[in-house]
Amino acid sequence: MSIDKSEVLKIARLARLSIDEQDIPDYSDELSNILSLVERMNSVSSEGISPISHPLDLSARLRADKVTEKNQREKFQQNAPLTDDGCYLVPKVIE
Amino acid sequence: MHQSTLAELSSALESKQISSEELTRLYIDRSKQFNHALNCFITINEDEALAQAKQADKQRAENKHSSLTGIPVAQKDIFCTNGIKTSCGSKMLDNFIAPYDATVIEKMNAAGFVNLGKTNMDEFAMGSSNETSFYGPVKNPWNTEHVPGGSSGGSASAVAARLCPAATGTDTGGSIRQPASLCGITGLKPTYGRVSRYGMIAFASSLDQGGPMTHTAEDAALMMNVIAGFDERDSTSAEQAVDDYTEKLNDSIEGLKIGLPKEYFGEGLDGSIAKIIEEGVKELEKLGATCKEVELPNTELSIPAYYVVAPAECSSNLSRFDGVRFGYRCEDPTDLSDLYSRSRGEGFGEEVKRRIMIGTYVLSAGYYDAYYLKAQQIRHLIRDDFQNAFKEVDVIAGPTATGTAFKLNEMINDPISMYLSDIYTVSVNLAGLPAISVPAGFVNQLPVGMQLIGNYFEESRLLNIAHQYQMNTDWHKQIPKEFQ
Repeated sequence: MSIDKSEVLKIARLARLSIDEQDIPDYSDELSNILSLVERMNSVSSEGISPISHPLDLSARLRADKVTEKNQREKFQQNAPLTDDGCYLVPKVIE
Repeated sequence: MHQSTLAELSSALESKQISSEELTRLYIDRSKQFNHALNCFITINEDEALAQAKQADKQRAENKHSSLTGIPVAQKDIFCTNGIKTSCGSKMLDNFIAPYDATVIEKMNAAGFVNLGKTNMDEFAMGSSNETSFYGPVKNPWNTEHVPGGSSGGSASAVAARLCPAATGTDTGGSIRQPASLCGITGLKPTYGRVSRYGMIAFASSLDQGGPMTHTAEDAALMMNVIAGFDERDSTSAEQAVDDYTEKLNDSIEGLKIGLPKEYFGEGLDGSIAKIIEEGVKELEKLGATCKEVELPNTELSIPAYYVVAPAECSSNLSRFDGVRFGYRCEDPTDLSDLYSRSRGEGFGEEVKRRIMIGTYVLSAGYYDAYYLKAQQIRHLIRDDFQNAFKEVDVIAGPTATGTAFKLNEMINDPISMYLSDIYTVSVNLAGLPAISVPAGFVNQLPVGMQLIGNYFEESRLLNIAHQYQMNTDWHKQIPKEFQ
């Protein structure tokens, strides 16, 4: 299975990654190589094997529905690129 | 003094042979002296470390200290450290000052450790050579033309060069054990869930685990006593009771059953590495252990399964880096989509982008079953392989890495070869088991590590075996010439 130019562009769009036109052939090759490696999984039948997402079969822990975090917006926004009045500023989304 | 272990430093501080401030200055001076050559540190935390050291000396004077108070250690730059730059080896976080401490950091501070600084690493923990860091490659102190391994290359190199007595690392596919092997130090990956991941920047959430990188198993046990344990802020944290990891170090290993997987010692394994591992196992047999062959039939499949699961999880975890709330933002974004794409495209390095893209692909509509689901099934098979082996043996032994440290730039342009070199480590992460790498010899003056894999939550047993091995060998005491 190989990943061609249009597939590379589609993946890049899904992942919100800008890529240069000139790099597309390299990405196409590299991703195709990785897929070939990954396709070795098909050498074994996994019929009837249940997939596991976690090695130890733990399930999500629940907690009481109580507020435990304190508001530290000012502190956290010290790392923000652009803010105003507690809001994060981005280019206009809705015309 | 800079050659000392944590245990020795604890005694030296207690007997007032040296103060924490003197010790901290010693390591800071060494770090500053050698960082140009090795590039182990992204941030050397000089002022704060000295302040912490003075505070530690005060506590010792007032007898309000614990045994580890005042010992300087280094922290992998993947752990959030309050008020200190936390970059994860990436341009994306080059401007990020963590606003809180990771649980591991909190615990180490509470135990009295002094934070020497943040060590260099492969970007977002993705790599096996520490060549993908935005801050440049780390060098191996045994031969600076060679890599230290990755992704915890900075920590491994710093400990090996005696720039610090110990450091933290993280391990998703071998990133503690492989650099430990390539740099001739001891590195332990705990059972999944044993050490809290709160504040540890996530790469692959079902695989990541933080752990100690030290000169000795005893030191690793001392660090585990500090960092292991349940944390309600980590939803995957194990509620299993925590051992005193030093308690069983001196137990005899008479009767220990060691398994040697047939698949680990096949034709592909370099003869000189195989010989070292065989000698390592013989040492354990001299101490009363027995060994037998076991089978881990799905070993080969661990690489493809890992290179589906890890990129998939990374593509999800790294979606938070969008230039909006923190981290790198591109200049003059034209619209929101451009802001996202260019912040990410410009902020991430090549390997990270490759993995995000593979992860995105395997999770996308139409491909999920063929790749991700299949990988999760393989994961089940791999877990079962280990459980079957553990019915016959207590621990599994083998090489940690396929070779010694390769040269800088030798493998970075061949990602597939780099991935294949992880064959001894990734299945352990997929299964969530604990494993340790200990120095076991040298080939061409470069270190070789032996890996021991245990069953869930058997870190005490692994540390015991490693400690007994280290009481009867001196590979772990070797120091690269220029750093003695």
